[in-house]
Amino acid sequence: MTAARTRVKQLGFLQAINRAQNEEMARDERVILMGQDLRANVFGAAAGALETFGPSRVRDLPLAEAGSIGVAAGAAMAGLRPIIDLTVASFVFGAMDQFVSQLAKARYMFGGQATLPVVVRSALYYHGGTAGHHADRPYPMFMNVPGLKIILPSTAPDLLGLLKSAIRDDNPVLCFEDANLWGRKGRGPIPTAEDHLVPLGRAAVRRPGTDVTVVGIGLGAFLAEQAAEELSADGVSAEVIDPRTLVPMDWPTILESVTRTGRLVVVDPANRTCSAASEIAARVVEECFASLRGPVIRVTTDDTHVPFSPALEKQIYPNKDKVIAAVRRALAG
Amino acid sequence: MTVSADTGAPPAEFSDAPGRQLALEMMRRMQRVRLFEEATIALFHAGELPAMVHLSIGQEAAVVGACLATGNADYMTGNHRSHGHPIAKGANLDALMAELLGKATGVCGGKGGSMHLADFSVGSLGESGIVGSAIPVATGAGLAAQVRGTDQVALCFFGDGAASEGVLHESMNMAGIWKLPVIYFCENNGYAVSLTSEESLSVPDVATRAAGYSMPGTVVDGQDVLAVYRATREAVARARAGDGPSLVEAKTYRFHEHAYGLVVSRPYRDQSVVDTWFDTVDPVTLFHDRLIAWGVATEEELVALHSSVKSEVDEAVEFARRSPFPPPEAAYADVYAPSPEETR
Repeated sequence: MTAARTRVKQLGFLQAINRAQNEEMARDERVILMGQDLRANVFGAAAGALETFGPSRVRDLPLAEAGSIGVAAGAAMAGLRPIIDLTVASFVFGAMDQFVSQLAKARYMFGGQATLPVVVRSALYYHGGTAGHHADRPYPMFMNVPGLKIILPSTAPDLLGLLKSAIRDDNPVLCFEDANLWGRKGRGPIPTAEDHLVPLGRAAVRRPGTDVTVVGIGLGAFLAEQAAEELSADGVSAEVIDPRTLVPMDWPTILESVTRTGRLVVVDPANRTCSAASEIAARVVEECFASLRGPVIRVTTDDTHVPFSPALEKQIYPNKDKVIAAVRRALAG
Repeated sequence: MTVSADTGAPPAEFSDAPGRQLALEMMRRMQRVRLFEEATIALFHAGELPAMVHLSIGQEAAVVGACLATGNADYMTGNHRSHGHPIAKGANLDALMAELLGKATGVCGGKGGSMHLADFSVGSLGESGIVGSAIPVATGAGLAAQVRGTDQVALCFFGDGAASEGVLHESMNMAGIWKLPVIYFCENNGYAVSLTSEESLSVPDVATRAAGYSMPGTVVDGQDVLAVYRATREAVARARAGDGPSLVEAKTYRFHEHAYGLVVSRPYRDQSVVDTWFDTVDPVTLFHDRLIAWGVATEEELVALHSSVKSEVDEAVEFARRSPFPPPEAAYADVYAPSPEETR
């Protein structure tokens, strides 16, 4: 018997997206799917959708990011629950006004009259030579906009469960998918539950520990686990927390952990300044100051743009060694 | 155009009893907009308005003619100059006026104010203080009507300034390819704040651009409420029949400054000409004179209508004044909708 035969069947990222969308579209006819290149399934996240749900509910969008987000907002205000596949996360910039002025603010400005159940999916394509215009990790910008929820799962089962919850949520939810986890890294056992839901706003403790808390976001969660494994050989017990949802953040889980360990490292693929890591660090310092026994350290992408050359790109991102170095600094403090 | 009353038989729309009711309703709604705006001016001078307002005075025929061509179940979005839109769509004046004063009883609970009115009960999905930003929202409402298979339409108000915004192109293109039931209604009042439409638009008529999206484009006299009603009704019928969107451009006039009370240091239009507009192109006066000339209404009826609307507006002002301000915690409400239990 080969090893492949005995391996438990794993769920991949794209399968998770397909399953979440298909299940929720079958469950609720108000859910519609719109995105670029869906019919041809260029990105792999819309297999069979057109055949199953028809051209009225599955639409290829023209290249109009701002219009697409605004159309989703309007459709939601008029009773639909759109899922928008923006494909590449860097494409959000062209739609910034619609995200902020319409999607995020309509409910508030109109005194609660508007309900905007919109899910916007986009992938973080960094690490692969996509260079300046396709490699952004823009989720912290949206953390600065009240009214939006943000999920950033690091495993396929979490993506399945969070995406289903996002589609059922009555708020706009931005789903950022770290493309570096699409291969083996993000796989997990196929959830057997018919309705696998992961609630928004609840972190996952990936690894319990006592010496230091390492919060990892997206690929950062994977790097944190790798680092924790290596550090354990030196007798360092690192607790790894994957927030999974950035808004609303599961503060109780993070704050409780740091109160116990007294040390915090945050691994975040976003650019350093005003990153998700920055907010987590600030909140921890504000609320756990008395418990801290070392400096709070952020491991982020450096504040530069993503260069094309393979000789330049890798160095700017968090990696396992940077996480280990950060943990040692936190422990030395 | 001058205020010279048409003579002879009334137009077909107004020739029977229901038509006469329609004519009076047009006048009633134009007066609601006009008198609401005049009350707003009085509140401004009394120092009771918390912020600047952008008035629809001069544009009432465009606003009312378009809204009356739609029904209560139809959707509508507006812009910063948008008191008139929900009023013309039939919204309750008390809640609108209270909103202008930032009161808890305001239609948005005091969270939107003058530039962000919305009254979902009459299909008003809200206005956008960011110029052009609500155009895709109306387009999406049209998409929802199409997907759900209703015969609703979406009426999308925008101005000549917004005609230069990119989302108008994106939206009209999507409406064109999907044949969405949307009426893009341009109130071209000639100025984007101080920039003339001649300077900001690459074509004399915004309506010309409809051809680029496979939809009909019509230019209409925005001071003539019946003409606007006819043009919009045709667009609405086309949308309800599943034949797709239309663009209607009403050429109109903004009688007051961009924002009331704004002092522009270097004049961009000839005030002596603007001052004549109330005598030459006032849509309320024009319609008043025509109704009498056509024999559709008497002077007495129109005076009675005016005073009944005046009372309605006065009561709205009093309602707004005596309403409480929202409590401090309201600033933190409605940032998010409650989530279903399983997603929390």
